[in-house]
Amino acid sequence: MNASYLPSDYLPVLIQLGLALGFIITTMIVTHSIGPKRKSQKKDDPFECGIPVEGDARTPISIKYFLIAILFVLFDVEVIFLYPWAVNFKGLGVTGFIEMVLFMGLLLAGFYYIIRKGVLKWE
Amino acid sequence: MIIVETRPALSLRIYIHLPFTILLALPIFLALSSGFVVVGVYLERKISAFIQDRLGPMEVGKWGLLQLFADLLKLLQKEDIVPAAADRKLFLLAPSVIFASVFAGFAVMPLTPDLQGSATAVGVFYLMAIVSFDVVGILMAGWGSNNKYSLLGAMRSVAQIVSYEIPLGLTILCVVMICQSLNLQEISFQQGIYTYEPNYLFGIRALGIDVTDWGGIFSWNILRNPFLLIAYVIFFIATLAEANRAPFDLPEGESEIVAGFNTEYSGMRFALLFLSEYAMMLLVAFLGAILFLGSWNTPLPNIGPVRLADWTSGSPGTVWGNLTGAFWLLTKALAAIMVQMWVRWTLPRLRVDQLMFLCWKVLTPIGIVLLLISGVWRLLMI
Repeated sequence: MNASYLPSDYLPVLIQLGLALGFIITTMIVTHSIGPKRKSQKKDDPFECGIPVEGDARTPISIKYFLIAILFVLFDVEVIFLYPWAVNFKGLGVTGFIEMVLFMGLLLAGFYYIIRKGVLKWE
Repeated sequence: MIIVETRPALSLRIYIHLPFTILLALPIFLALSSGFVVVGVYLERKISAFIQDRLGPMEVGKWGLLQLFADLLKLLQKEDIVPAAADRKLFLLAPSVIFASVFAGFAVMPLTPDLQGSATAVGVFYLMAIVSFDVVGILMAGWGSNNKYSLLGAMRSVAQIVSYEIPLGLTILCVVMICQSLNLQEISFQQGIYTYEPNYLFGIRALGIDVTDWGGIFSWNILRNPFLLIAYVIFFIATLAEANRAPFDLPEGESEIVAGFNTEYSGMRFALLFLSEYAMMLLVAFLGAILFLGSWNTPLPNIGPVRLADWTSGSPGTVWGNLTGAFWLLTKALAAIMVQMWVRWTLPRLRVDQLMFLCWKVLTPIGIVLLLISGVWRLLMI
């Protein structure tokens, strides 16, 4: 397996980003030069299905979204830990497998805890 | 002996042709993904029309073939409106962030045995990271618009994308475990007759049936470990949610929150968001085909003297090999996109709690079980 780190491997990524940005800038220049510019007070109001705007949009949001974000951070970090293990799985053999089963067991215990706590209840 | 010889040739080819692949692969992908939007939108309209027993666009050009060019031209001429209440910088930057992060994902995709933008050893991992970055853009769009619908839509979208990233990551992990590599090109090579490791039927060596020479569908990942077929289904569901496609299109639920985070966008900035959505569909369809469905390898196996696999896939390094490779990969990706569209026009939209239930209590546990099964399978494969 090719595991060596070569900075030049990331050059295409930069080129791809450059191409995407080039595309955006070109289309933006074109659209600004041929598109109309007409301002009016009603037009620049936030869209609210035709009724006058009521209050501020940035109101508090349900705690459930925040809990999901926290859970995501926990679980995604676990998944990130699993990647280097998965790549070297063949070399680690049965020992590595058992170690990871233990790790997953701890993770699942936490998962069971949050389910019992009712974090994943939305009804 | 062939196995020993092809191995150094593979890595050599990647390094020697690096400038060549940069010059060729990246423009091809940019053209492909923007060209796909033209084909994809037309295809989607015609498929939805067929499913709903309508005709679809028929006015512009023959059978409405020029409809999308008319639409794009219209969007290009439209005014770029920024609401007075919006956070101007965030609002203007958000579509570019979303667009660039989806397009940067194509940099590590192999298109044929010889064409790949970046041959980095952490390909899949990079892809997961850069595609997740699109969440930042969505939040920027939602918060920056300072509109209730936009903010609600962005919150829903982000919650959905980050949740489904977990089953997605787990299913990709199953493939990584079977293939022992993060480079999508190496994963591709393993799934066909040009592999450098022997393939056994269902991946089990103890069965003693060597299918390296058969190639075709027998060396695809979904048959190297039959449980990866279930993993592919989960992958497919999770990618539908990642791309905000129906039945997971709550962030854009027209009847509830107008158009979600892109409510306030108009003209070309809206077109950029639209382009990224279709580019994302193409990206995940490609990824699914590469990881599970044999990448650029042919589905037809060699049966005794009938060398179907040899006839339908040329050897790497030749023009024929690259042509057939691109043909098979594009066919598989387009088939996956057709299914995405079919699903969209068949299934009703889910409710938020059903969506989260499906992700956290159904797909994630199955994903973890599949990961353990893949581990056992890999031990059997040695």
